Amino acid sequence: MTVDGRTHVAEVEPRLLLLHHLRENLGIGGVHWGCDTTSCGACTVLLNGESVKSCTILAVQADGCEITTVRGIASDGGWHPVQKAFHENHGLQCGYCTPGMIMASVSLLKENPEPTEQEIREALEGNLCRCTGYENIVRAVQQASREMRQVAAS
Amino acid sequence: MTQAPEKYVGGGVLRKEDPALVTGRGTYVDNMRLPGMLHAAVLRSPYAHARIRSIDTSAAKEQPGVVAVFTGDDLADEWAAPLPCGWQVTEDLRIPNHWPLAREEVNYVGDAVAVVVAVDRYRARDAVDMIEVDYEPLDVVTDMEEALRDGSPVVHEDLGTNECYTWPLEVGDVEGAFEKADVVVKERYIQQRLIPNAIETRGVVAQPDPVTGGFTVYSSTQVPHLLKITLSAVSGVPENKLRVVAPDVGGGFGSKLNIYAEEALALALARRLNTPIKWVEDRSENYLATIHGRDQIQDIEVAATSDGKILGMRVKILADMGAYLQLGTTVVPLLGAFMYPGVYNFDAYSFTCTAVFTNKTPTDAYRGAGRPEAAYACERIIDALARRLDMDPVEVRRKNFYEPFDEPTTTPAGIQYDSMNMQGALDKLLEISNYEELREEQRRRREQNDPVQLGLGFSTYTEICGIAPSQVVASLGGGGGGWEAASVRLLSSGKVEVVTGTSPHGQGHVTSWSQIAADVLGVSPDDVEVIHGDTASAPWGRDTYGSRSLPVGGVAVYLAAQKVVEKAKKIAAHMLEAAEGDIEFEGGRFSVVGSPEKSVSMQEVAGRAYLGVGLPEGMEPGLSEEQFFDPPNFTFPFGAHLCVSEVDTETGKVRIRDYFAVDDCGPIINPQIVEGQLHGGIAQGIAQALYEEAVYDEDGNLVTGSMVDYLVPAAPELPNYTLERTVTPSPSNALGVKGVGEAGTIGSPQAVINSIIDALAPFGVTHIDMPASPWKVWQAIQEARGREAGSREANLSGRPAQTEQGGEA
Repeated sequence: MTVDGRTHVAEVEPRLLLLHHLRENLGIGGVHWGCDTTSCGACTVLLNGESVKSCTILAVQADGCEITTVRGIASDGGWHPVQKAFHENHGLQCGYCTPGMIMASVSLLKENPEPTEQEIREALEGNLCRCTGYENIVRAVQQASREMRQVAAS
Repeated sequence: MTQAPEKYVGGGVLRKEDPALVTGRGTYVDNMRLPGMLHAAVLRSPYAHARIRSIDTSAAKEQPGVVAVFTGDDLADEWAAPLPCGWQVTEDLRIPNHWPLAREEVNYVGDAVAVVVAVDRYRARDAVDMIEVDYEPLDVVTDMEEALRDGSPVVHEDLGTNECYTWPLEVGDVEGAFEKADVVVKERYIQQRLIPNAIETRGVVAQPDPVTGGFTVYSSTQVPHLLKITLSAVSGVPENKLRVVAPDVGGGFGSKLNIYAEEALALALARRLNTPIKWVEDRSENYLATIHGRDQIQDIEVAATSDGKILGMRVKILADMGAYLQLGTTVVPLLGAFMYPGVYNFDAYSFTCTAVFTNKTPTDAYRGAGRPEAAYACERIIDALARRLDMDPVEVRRKNFYEPFDEPTTTPAGIQYDSMNMQGALDKLLEISNYEELREEQRRRREQNDPVQLGLGFSTYTEICGIAPSQVVASLGGGGGGWEAASVRLLSSGKVEVVTGTSPHGQGHVTSWSQIAADVLGVSPDDVEVIHGDTASAPWGRDTYGSRSLPVGGVAVYLAAQKVVEKAKKIAAHMLEAAEGDIEFEGGRFSVVGSPEKSVSMQEVAGRAYLGVGLPEGMEPGLSEEQFFDPPNFTFPFGAHLCVSEVDTETGKVRIRDYFAVDDCGPIINPQIVEGQLHGGIAQGIAQALYEEAVYDEDGNLVTGSMVDYLVPAAPELPNYTLERTVTPSPSNALGVKGVGEAGTIGSPQAVINSIIDALAPFGVTHIDMPASPWKVWQAIQEARGREAGSREANLSGRPAQTEQGGEA
């Protein structure tokens, strides 16, 4: 599989979760683990461009796929607009849910570049944050949406 | 022309913590990989109460990749002491032995029984399933009132009773106040058990140090310093051979303020096997084996005059300790003991807490720890009093507020609030919420029989925070001081290192402490590094909990930085050949008063200090100062919240339409961080009010054992918040700061519940327990309708109708 632009070849147990493959075998600590039940979303990554919870699928199911993690969304050494917006809007506190929250937001803005507040809240329903109360996360996604549309327009 | 120096305190400085965290480069415990590291997994009891007849580990030991399997007997020699209870709150406190692995008996579902060490996590978990334990089930008690009855099962037979302690407090003539009263309102409130749910579960890595023979323990802890001294006591590893590091910590909310069995186990296994050991909790373990919060039964009554003046208050609570006493289990309800009178000034108050053992997960500090419980009972009974007297809840509150004060003022509970202006906070709240318009809308909806009714729920609160004065901590039986320490080191290049004894887990100390030091030293926050969470670099500290970090630890930083400036000023005077009294310091430069051209920068002074030559006669080289700060009093943030909710009377669903809060935590360092803390805190309070509850069955099984069953609210469930603040400085410290970490959680649950009851007042609903699920709300409406029908009949028969739960005075 290709992870953040780099190809990795590995033989893994059939039962190994993609999450653990990324973390334990490939050393990608930016994909966080938070629950046993696919509830918290801390492990969200993009698989062939679609957001998935990497604890929900097996590593073998991702064979040949392209995976993008929070470490792979920035370009030219800078930050992705969503990362920047989370920083500027204080959209994180402990930061543990943040990589998953950012990936879910990136995915949302790809599908819906101009979401309403309600659409943002619903799109992030599968990602739990215990620190922020979500308001600043919503603001961050709104700012990223504005900025990404401005860039797209220019 | 020198520009006016920029002040960073109070300004919008973006967090320095974020760049690593938004790019997925946080250093959480589970990201650690050490050479030779093995993985531990814990076998937990499936019984809430059982005798262990035997444990067979032979099959587990033969599993591929398994290095070792240990039972409690195997590791018995590893412990110098049991896991500690940190607060001996009464002399006759009953403390059950609590070893990291149970040996003869298990006392709750999740109690640790055995441990496997294997080459990876999967292998370790596989082998755990192969351990065979022969249990003899014993009778279980999960209900606090039941646990106190004669003949009930006893959790710890050797203690002979389930009563852990009883702690009374009585101030003023309580009996007299109740005799004099025109009205007495009596209520019973339930504080449901909550699961803290930090998104990062607990984790620990213990690493032997072949050079010193000591150990480094990396833990997702809030309290590396407390962990170090307690772990030293439990393991027998000398304090100076133990280093504890808290790297990035993914939330705590009190649940990581402890020493846990698994931390002691990891250290013991590292010592036994002489290799690094990692243990990371999964979420289902987190639900069972990390402490829970709240779980109290509160009986509260107030005595008042017919015009709403409170004369006295009586409180009796039962507090569930769970099966064992963790570090702070015993003190949590007593932090609330002082807070039931809230922001109201009256003379007579009595409080009794009976703490009870049950066969459930131990409880301990969860955001607010004792204070949300107190604020909830107080603010709900104030509303009940208002209803009884047919007064506006705002007016009852106003009638009983303290006059604004800025010097310590003694409360009914016998402690001293530091400063307060409730009138200011409430006035602002009414203004920003357009209270009169909301009442108008409520009237309209009531007249129109709108199926969706509007409810306005108030909460005015204060909290005891900035957990410190060592003397007070000791008087409550606390085993360690309440001070905080910091050092501020100016390096020879003029760059700054701040070493703090506080240990953040999302609160942004790095940024806030940089702002504080930068202002004092006249540098940019970017020139300040904040070193925290490592007992090797900060050999002292009391860590982060109880909203103590800023009013104790942040103030220590401020005072240490001032000491640096004092010394630097002496050096500058020497360099400028002027008297020290003629030197002024501004914008990072020392200059001679009246001759601004004669000046040196802080950087130049630092260079001179480390050069060690050309210093004033007899002065030590270097420019590094340390401060231990032990404040004279707690701090008491306060505020007023208003929850505006829409209650669908046909389905029982509650939607929070608006949430207004005016909080006063004194002067603020970073507005964005303060706002973020309030958002998160209010969200957790709303979560208690509407969604969350840990439910056990009769056999002591945790029914809500995963995130699927236990409802942690997500983005669609929570509203936006309209926040305002007033600023009433604390006289307890030089910055006047009070702390804000728990305020939101303390202020909000009762605002939500009061709003629901307010919405349903026309139906005669007077009480709903948390969490107010649609089912409970709907049921309350049906019951009230039934009661109304019943009381019409009763009135026909000449008997009086009951108006409040709990009956008439």
